[in-house]
Amino acid sequence: MYQYDKYDQAIVDARVEEFRDQVRRRMAGEITEDQFKPLRLMNGLYLQLHAYMLRVAIPYGTLSSKQMKMLGHIARKYDRDYGHFTTRQNVQYNWIKLEDTPDILADLASVEMHAIQTSGNCIRNISSDQYAGAAADEVTDPRPWAELLRQWSTFHPEFSYLPRKFKIAVIASPEDRAAMRLHDIGIELVKKDGVLGARIFVGGGMGRTPMIAPEINPFVKADDLLSYLEACLRVYNRYGRRDNAYKARIKILIHEHGADNYRADVETEFAHVKTLDLDPPLAELERISAFFAAPAFDPNASDDVDRSDPDFAVWLDQNVKPHKAKGYAIVNIAVKPTGGIPGDATSDQIDLMADLALDYSFDELRVTHAQNIVLPHVKKSDLYAVWQKLDAAGLANANLDLVSDIIACPGLDYCSLANARSIPVAQKLSERFADLDRQRDIGELKLKISGCINACGHHHAGHIGILGVDKKGVENYQITLGGSGAEDVSIGKIMGPGFDQDGVVDAVERVIEKYREVREGDERFLDTYRRVGNDVFKEAVYG
Amino acid sequence: MKLLTGNDLGSGDVVWWTGSGWSRDVKEAVDAGDGADAILKQEEAARRVNASYAVDAGSDGLPVHIKDRIRAAGPSVRKDLGVNPDIQLEKA
Repeated sequence: MYQYDKYDQAIVDARVEEFRDQVRRRMAGEITEDQFKPLRLMNGLYLQLHAYMLRVAIPYGTLSSKQMKMLGHIARKYDRDYGHFTTRQNVQYNWIKLEDTPDILADLASVEMHAIQTSGNCIRNISSDQYAGAAADEVTDPRPWAELLRQWSTFHPEFSYLPRKFKIAVIASPEDRAAMRLHDIGIELVKKDGVLGARIFVGGGMGRTPMIAPEINPFVKADDLLSYLEACLRVYNRYGRRDNAYKARIKILIHEHGADNYRADVETEFAHVKTLDLDPPLAELERISAFFAAPAFDPNASDDVDRSDPDFAVWLDQNVKPHKAKGYAIVNIAVKPTGGIPGDATSDQIDLMADLALDYSFDELRVTHAQNIVLPHVKKSDLYAVWQKLDAAGLANANLDLVSDIIACPGLDYCSLANARSIPVAQKLSERFADLDRQRDIGELKLKISGCINACGHHHAGHIGILGVDKKGVENYQITLGGSGAEDVSIGKIMGPGFDQDGVVDAVERVIEKYREVREGDERFLDTYRRVGNDVFKEAVYG
Repeated sequence: MKLLTGNDLGSGDVVWWTGSGWSRDVKEAVDAGDGADAILKQEEAARRVNASYAVDAGSDGLPVHIKDRIRAAGPSVRKDLGVNPDIQLEKA
């Protein structure tokens, strides 16, 4: 894992003390809320429905056990004994006090963490593949590149006041586990004739105008990556709209300007940027990459696993994924208990996951955009012990990628922007489909719920998506079908008129039962939907 | 009927205007009548409340809109964390 150098630590420490003084001045009345609000947002502190909410950055979703322990400590000491893992691979605390925030940020800085660039019109926390460094199908570990982008984008003076927020994802596998093409910039590291480079996709996103990022360049040499991204951002910064927040994202610029015109402008700018010598020297890349060297895997680790415990065997089949090293596996901890709140974990659960990482996963954890946690490097001979400990803590639900592995935004229970509650819908659906045999028969089904059009719950990318809206002061839920955030990316289509909270649960069940009736062979729900179309499901729901 | 609400500056807690100060309990809230704007301006200036605004209340003395009813009750999915978790959220 990356470790701060003296410059990283110095700027984070300085930022804590700067914010401590800003909080003092606000509490003393020396600055108004209008003056203070942008300052607190730059430090991840929002004012939400019930209280202040602090969003903590987890760069490319990677954590050490010490950092995870700190997240548990903050939940226990400063919040209400739980944290919420988000669809941006971050963590949020819902009950933070303004006066405690400088101390919280100091605690975070002590373990090389912060809340910088988790708000505002800047380049946000870089997201990546939760299996990075462990996946058998990656061409390289994407994390050194994500870390390079983190350093490049941190306090970048030119890109601190962009037209709108800007999200970047980096992957290095043909299987997209990070919804890469639904980001402002999606980067897929690839090799061409043995040379490392990147496919660059620009202008994707969800929100009120969902778009899939078109490919802007099929191969940018790795040596040119920062310069090329600098050019992409400069063209956006120059031409992106600032007159209308709803039309300010780069996806709108590319839609209105045209991908070909945008590409041509980027090429012109890139030629200029290359004269500025922005790309890092090889030594710096090697310095960063050294932090991400593969752990010392045991070459004699066995692939044998005792499957005699049937509950363990189910979890093994559902939540454990192949690792690139012989005798090791990737463990997915689904933070989705039946009837529970997607992504919420208690302080004790956070501590337990940290302990498991230390004891069984080379001190590493990952946060996924599906609001789950990953132990990336677990010896197969340790899987049963890990499962037993997870099971005792209520963290062994074997539902990864099944219908109850639901992504849900905080919705109207917590969020001041939301129009409808998301979490109760997720809870009712997970209870309706609690039978694991039924879930496994249904197979892979990505169900995603957003409580407003901002789409933090990624409903556009759900095989089944649910969007909560305000219909004359009453919560109403629309269903979309056919979305995907994976390599077969697509935007879901609205099925028909909306429902109340109980009605939408019934409707989803009718959609799923229709799928079971008409599917062929090993088709997933998404495959069947794409084959038979919307009308079959519409008929099943509306008659 | 108008209720005044906002957040306590330091703690961030949701608070309601009681006629003489601010309470976390919406059941202590009073009708601000025509004085809402003046009260909010004065209280914001004194830093006794933050991000304040007026909401319409119904015959039950509670906010009409579900968003403000949830603010008054607490999260519907964590009733252990709310001030008045038994407030009915949906319109009768």
